[in-house]
Amino acid sequence: MIVYLIRRFGQSLLAIAAMAVLVFLGVYAIGNPVDVLINPEATQAEIAATTERLGLDKPLYEQFGIFVVNMFQGDLGTSFVFGRPAMDVILDRLPATMELAMVALILSVGIGVPLGVWAGLRPDSIAGRTIMGGSILGFSLPNFWQGMLLILVFAVLLGWLPAGGRGTTTEFLGMQVSFLTLDGLSHMILPAINLALFKMSLIIRLTRANTREVVLQDYVKFARAKGISSRRVVMVHILKNIMIPVITIIGLELGSMVAFAIVTETVFAWPGMGKLLIDSINLLDRPVIVAYLMLTVLIIVSINLFVDILYSILDPRVRLSEMKG
Amino acid sequence: MSMSSDQPAAIPARIDHPVKRVFKEFVEDRVAVLGLALFVIVAVIAIAAPWLAPQDPYALAQLDIMDGGLPPGEQSFGTGQTYWLGTDTQGRDMLSAIMYGLRISLVVAFVSLGIAISIGVIVGVAAAYFGGRFDAFVMRIVDLQLSFPAILIALILLALFGRGVDKVILALVIVQWAYYARTVRSSAIVERRKDYIDAARCLALSHRRIMFRHLLPNCVPPLIVVATVQIAQAIALEATLSFLGVGVPITEPSLGLLIANGYDYLLSGRYWISLFPGIALVLTIIGLNLVGDRLRDVLNPRLQK
Amino acid sequence: MKLRSIPLLAVLLASGTALQAQDLSIGLKSEATSMDPQFHQLTTNIQVALNIFEALTKQDAVQKVGPGLASEWEATDDTTWRFTLRDGVTFHNGSPFTARDVIYSFCRIPLVENSPSPYTIYTGGIVNMTAEGDHTLIIETEKANPLLPTEMSSLPILSADALGAEAEVTYAPNGGCEGLGEVPQSPAFNSPDIAVGTGPYKLESYTRGAEVVLARNDEYWGGAPDWERVTLRPITSDGPRVAALLAGDVDMIESPPIQDVPRVEDAGFKIVDALSNRIIYLHMQQLEDAPDITGTDGKNPLMDAKVREAISLAINREAIVDRIMGGYAVAAGELLPPPMFGTTERPVDPYDPEKAKELLAEAGYPDGFGLTLGTPNDRYINDEQVAQAVAQMLERIGITTKVDAVTASQFFSRRNNLEFPLYMAGWGASSGEMSNPLKALLATYDEGAGLGGTNAGRYSNPEMDELLKQAMSTIDDAEREKLLQEAETLALDDHGLIPLHYEQTVWAMKSDLSYEPRVDQYTLASEVKPAE
Repeated sequence: MIVYLIRRFGQSLLAIAAMAVLVFLGVYAIGNPVDVLINPEATQAEIAATTERLGLDKPLYEQFGIFVVNMFQGDLGTSFVFGRPAMDVILDRLPATMELAMVALILSVGIGVPLGVWAGLRPDSIAGRTIMGGSILGFSLPNFWQGMLLILVFAVLLGWLPAGGRGTTTEFLGMQVSFLTLDGLSHMILPAINLALFKMSLIIRLTRANTREVVLQDYVKFARAKGISSRRVVMVHILKNIMIPVITIIGLELGSMVAFAIVTETVFAWPGMGKLLIDSINLLDRPVIVAYLMLTVLIIVSINLFVDILYSILDPRVRLSEMKG
Repeated sequence: MSMSSDQPAAIPARIDHPVKRVFKEFVEDRVAVLGLALFVIVAVIAIAAPWLAPQDPYALAQLDIMDGGLPPGEQSFGTGQTYWLGTDTQGRDMLSAIMYGLRISLVVAFVSLGIAISIGVIVGVAAAYFGGRFDAFVMRIVDLQLSFPAILIALILLALFGRGVDKVILALVIVQWAYYARTVRSSAIVERRKDYIDAARCLALSHRRIMFRHLLPNCVPPLIVVATVQIAQAIALEATLSFLGVGVPITEPSLGLLIANGYDYLLSGRYWISLFPGIALVLTIIGLNLVGDRLRDVLNPRLQK
Repeated sequence: MKLRSIPLLAVLLASGTALQAQDLSIGLKSEATSMDPQFHQLTTNIQVALNIFEALTKQDAVQKVGPGLASEWEATDDTTWRFTLRDGVTFHNGSPFTARDVIYSFCRIPLVENSPSPYTIYTGGIVNMTAEGDHTLIIETEKANPLLPTEMSSLPILSADALGAEAEVTYAPNGGCEGLGEVPQSPAFNSPDIAVGTGPYKLESYTRGAEVVLARNDEYWGGAPDWERVTLRPITSDGPRVAALLAGDVDMIESPPIQDVPRVEDAGFKIVDALSNRIIYLHMQQLEDAPDITGTDGKNPLMDAKVREAISLAINREAIVDRIMGGYAVAAGELLPPPMFGTTERPVDPYDPEKAKELLAEAGYPDGFGLTLGTPNDRYINDEQVAQAVAQMLERIGITTKVDAVTASQFFSRRNNLEFPLYMAGWGASSGEMSNPLKALLATYDEGAGLGGTNAGRYSNPEMDELLKQAMSTIDDAEREKLLQEAETLALDDHGLIPLHYEQTVWAMKSDLSYEPRVDQYTLASEVKPAE
């Protein structure tokens, strides 16, 4: 198992390195950040001097060398735009994104699992069909368009909820969070729903499929035959059996939610990491782009590892050593 | 680790021809037939756009900004033509723009699908057939790639490539091939273990012949299911990328870009610029998803009655 | 969640309008990247900094230069200026404002690390600064610089005491000053103890990504300002910014998207707008081997002044202003809106596609030709839309135009590499007078002299260059204005570039507020007043 973990970690590191090189070279090819950032009134000599100060005049291999050396010392570079370490800039935005992703995750599991079990137990009932139909809709609506519709309906037409931004934040465990104030919560409702709908559909479909399979298993039929109430059958046997895939998906989806938050944050002007990534791409703030990727990859890899371990605890039949193929 | 727990295996032999059986079961579900019909209509509109559309939305000389921002049903100041779905700020007929946009969205999705499937099939079958280190190596890459959200990879790639239909296709191929490779491999490997493959090997049939004549046909049903779902995903992904400003260029707007252009006008009440392309996009995706959903049930032996 | 949301909404609706009269909150379209006023020369940063810090001179709403921390100044000869500093001014931390603070501030500029757009462009020409007593400052420049007082308005003064300077600060160019002590870098300015100025508001707190809170400076020399607390919130997306205003989350916003203005007005909010100093223009590459031109057998038609004039006549500026800019722009005939310094009230080129076609035929292109029009798509108001409209209009006179719209980051790099035969861009003249756009956009490209830096069309007219150079060393205002007017007329008669329109800057606010709209597009909280 340890061998497996080590190997897995090594591979992820490799992936990170490949990604970093790609981004580094790519951003270099796109253009010179100084062209965007400098006051256009600067003369050619001043542009050259600024480029030199930011270290952008050096040949590519040298810039890359410096970057790699610094990276091993835990320094991912200084943001061109903010003049602060890129990692700090991102970590400032991390709580907003994580908060949004967590709330969305809770919504999607809290609503998705019960609906999925219901649809799985009564696949041919009207409710079951409606749930499945709804999940296909949730699955099919492009995230950004769905967000626009939410804004159009709840913010513009009805005027119930704010159209974007984060609202009032309060400090909680040293982080700025929204969920402790009414204003903050009201700002969070729409983006959280937007982020949750797609995952919720996914979870409904997965839960339904698993429920249907479990229902057909002999031990469930047996339990029912023994006269155990169907409520207990559902609660104990089915839920226990669908826990594994659901936990897997929760784990995997938390990572992808962080990534998907890019879209939701853009539509709702939520000041998280995803919005920062888009802004940084537009301003060619290379250190921030690279640092964002590093951090995201790290989050995803750790979640995956965590899920694997949890998986092996929940289901002794799965042996980590067998997960090579 | 697969997100979908169903791992469809080969179809057991039946009296009916398998294609016939699948068709029969498929049409039993009226919703799925509706989905198929939806998709066929959309595809026909996309293909026939140059003949159906009232206006060539990209012949700039035909546009007039004096017609810009007209609501649905208004008539052109110049030509008297009626704009049934309104116009955008450039005076472009939204109905025509949607037809052409559909075309671009579908071209991007299907071309990338074709290339990604080809790569996936070759890699997947080869991995299953040769096994060993090659298999392990390829599957490592696949696993690694699939552990990252497609949108993130595509976004970064396109931020580096720049805008362009060809670039979007390339990015979609890169994010999609791994799904097919894994699907094909997992079905092929089941078949690979069967005796007749060994027999074929003893007969000294060429690797290529065994791989593509014997292993591949067994991978087709799950491949179809994955492809239907993936094509819907690809269309949505392309739209999202264009919305984020890294997708297709404004000279060749897909549905996603049309929606993005309309986003700025949504709050000011010119809803039609983004609403109608959005509906077209959603109908396309829903059609494909309904078909994919039914196919999954039909082709999955474990759920057969 | 579902159940709780109903009472939650009710509470929100009830509390939405509760607002303390003494407080002001403003939604800004971008976030300041630092509280250090010397870090990044960027409108976003400057407009926040100018509440806290002040400069020796000040530009008013129409960019007329007036006294700031200096009460008066004069040029004692071509290269020497004497500034008399205001007496009795104190910084937020209580220390008195003296010439030492000015010298310290100028000394620090070259020492700011990682600045993406340093202020050295204004201080490079200053060879010496000396104090005569606490309230007189002598500035010596390398060459005659008639714009020095104007440039001073862009250089906010920091507190030497708050930043840990020694008692004696002596100036030397290019970061060679003495007596500075340990110079704090930009991130330190997040602390109100370091971000100390003389301005009407003090920095209270700065939460990145969320807000900047300012508190009233009761000791302000110009009289205590109107608001007890000012909150500046960056809301970078247009829609949500408008929504925040409509919902009462903020009292005022800058740059509502022009398509939303009617809706905001209908909701009972006040709209103010002003012509800005930013012109949107087309520039044409005037080099033999311009790229991406088709149908001309390798010749560059843009070298011909007739073709350039034809392009100008093909454009229906009024239609662009009316349909694309929603009326919030003014068709442009020169590089700066009249009556700014150096303008001539030159008439706007008429819309005359017939004459344009004739000119093309005369120039030898009766069937037109093809080219690419480069434009950023996230920089100017509706930039991509304007470029598409221009393409539409050029198409009508036979010039097949392909719009290449990219994000600003790619656009500027590609433009500077001369990759576009025709491009659309904007220019805001921070000095508010004519030498500024002429130097940047039309002077012959010359790295050594620092001229023509943004002249990516490579227009070159030696006669105009000569007039411009003469103007730049003429201290007398009337004479300088005449030279600049002549230079502008020469270049525009040549159609060296084609002005499209002047952008208008728009602010929206609650009806009980007033704001004098500014040409320089700044949103200055200190200038927001309760309506009479």
